[in-house]
Amino acid sequence: MKIYSYYSVILFFTLYLSCAQDNPPFIESPNEINYSYETVIDGIDIPWGLAFISENDFLVTEISGTLYRVVNRTKTSVEGLPEVYVRGQGGLLDVALHPDYTNNNTIFMTISANTEGDDEGGNTALYSAILDGNSLKDVKLLYKATPNTKKGQHWGSRIVFDREGYLYFGIGDRGNRDVNPQDISRDGGKIYRLNLDGSIPKDNPFVGKENAKEAVFSYGHRNPQGMVTHPKTGEIWEHEHGPKGGDEINIIKPGINYGWPTITYGINYSGTPITDKTSMPNMAQPYYYWFPSIGPSGMAFSSSGVYPDWTDNLFAGSLKFEYLERLVIENNKVVKREKVLDKIGRVRNVVEGPDGYLYLGVEGKGILKIVHNK
Amino acid sequence: MRLLIVGYLLIVGGTTASLYQEKTKEESIVAGEEIYQDFCLQCHLTTGAGVSGVFPPLKDSDYLMNNIDKSIAGIKFGLKGEIVVNDEIYDGVMAKQGLDDEEIADVMNYILNQWGNSYDAQITTQQVSEVQKSVLD
Repeated sequence: MKIYSYYSVILFFTLYLSCAQDNPPFIESPNEINYSYETVIDGIDIPWGLAFISENDFLVTEISGTLYRVVNRTKTSVEGLPEVYVRGQGGLLDVALHPDYTNNNTIFMTISANTEGDDEGGNTALYSAILDGNSLKDVKLLYKATPNTKKGQHWGSRIVFDREGYLYFGIGDRGNRDVNPQDISRDGGKIYRLNLDGSIPKDNPFVGKENAKEAVFSYGHRNPQGMVTHPKTGEIWEHEHGPKGGDEINIIKPGINYGWPTITYGINYSGTPITDKTSMPNMAQPYYYWFPSIGPSGMAFSSSGVYPDWTDNLFAGSLKFEYLERLVIENNKVVKREKVLDKIGRVRNVVEGPDGYLYLGVEGKGILKIVHNK
Repeated sequence: MRLLIVGYLLIVGGTTASLYQEKTKEESIVAGEEIYQDFCLQCHLTTGAGVSGVFPPLKDSDYLMNNIDKSIAGIKFGLKGEIVVNDEIYDGVMAKQGLDDEEIADVMNYILNQWGNSYDAQITTQQVSEVQKSVLD
């Protein structure tokens, strides 16, 4: 018994030291797991975006430039996609259905694009199109960030809608952190808000401000890779990749500066500091930040009750550690973090389907559905 | 007049040659470092050590040093499926990065001569342009 407690103390201090910089709550591995997964569709290398038309009919983007329509577990490439500029982390990014899809068959996509026909690289673009069977018609460019750049990093992007019917999408800092995110006259490092026809809402926070990009809704973002409308409050929740450390969860509010790179909990990949500041007046603190970084991608709340012990929990994929993370939120705080499906692979996306189940996009695997253990 | 024509040809020829001239190995390594930082470092890390079991190492990597054409093809066309690196199995997906042949040559010269790696020959743009996807089969 004495030896046992001696080891406990050692174990405790080892854990304590190894977590010295880590931001609580620390990630846990559950003892008992009631859920496993089944593969809904395979053969999609990097399944980036996922949008459900119905339980057995959904769209998946593959980053290198293929849009799949999967009907009853059979996939077909959709024709008529605008040209995709494949570079670094860019490509065919998110896909989302128009809130009134049933009546207008309209979808939205974010795509890394060079629409100018020059040799100067690319930037993130938002398109709408009408999905007619397995082809796209009436493809419209709604927004194109400028200038083009050959940088490979930080294109964003996710597309969501709020309850009033506005569209939100993000663009990352495009590898130019010292120039883009803090300057509202430039694209990149921003969350944008548009009307569904691509026009700019008159009450956007920077409308009428000199030189401002009036589509901008919030700024100071690094690379948003997850966005979801909270099923109860209707708030726009977002997460973004930090550098080494400092991945953030934010609730997106109009005109707010989220601080990158003036404030961050992260450091350069090389280990050198970016800034000595983690807070500043007039810059929002993250709702939560991950340290160490998990490389969050995809974001969903479980609202359906299909998984009774997960109701209202937040889920985010981890590209870095290859699991799905479950975050328990109480009194506006993340109080528990847990690994779900550990070592599943690089989780690129997580979406709550119309049947209430959680669906994952996993690199090299395809689309997986989390099901109860048999 | 003849002198003028000869002069003209010399100038045009010289300009063309300098435009298409391959960088020296050292210049290529310098350019490759920037490519590495933009496109590779997030997964393979500044140390080139990668992440065991997830992202294969480039430093002291038997796969890289012994499979130059496959490594070029992996960058050029993307790489997926099982590979064995230093006796460890990797079964991931590396997306095509959209680099042009010159950029691929540069980043290859960088990773082949960084972190203690050493490779005598210079990878040229021409060499990259000739690598086919089929070498990965």
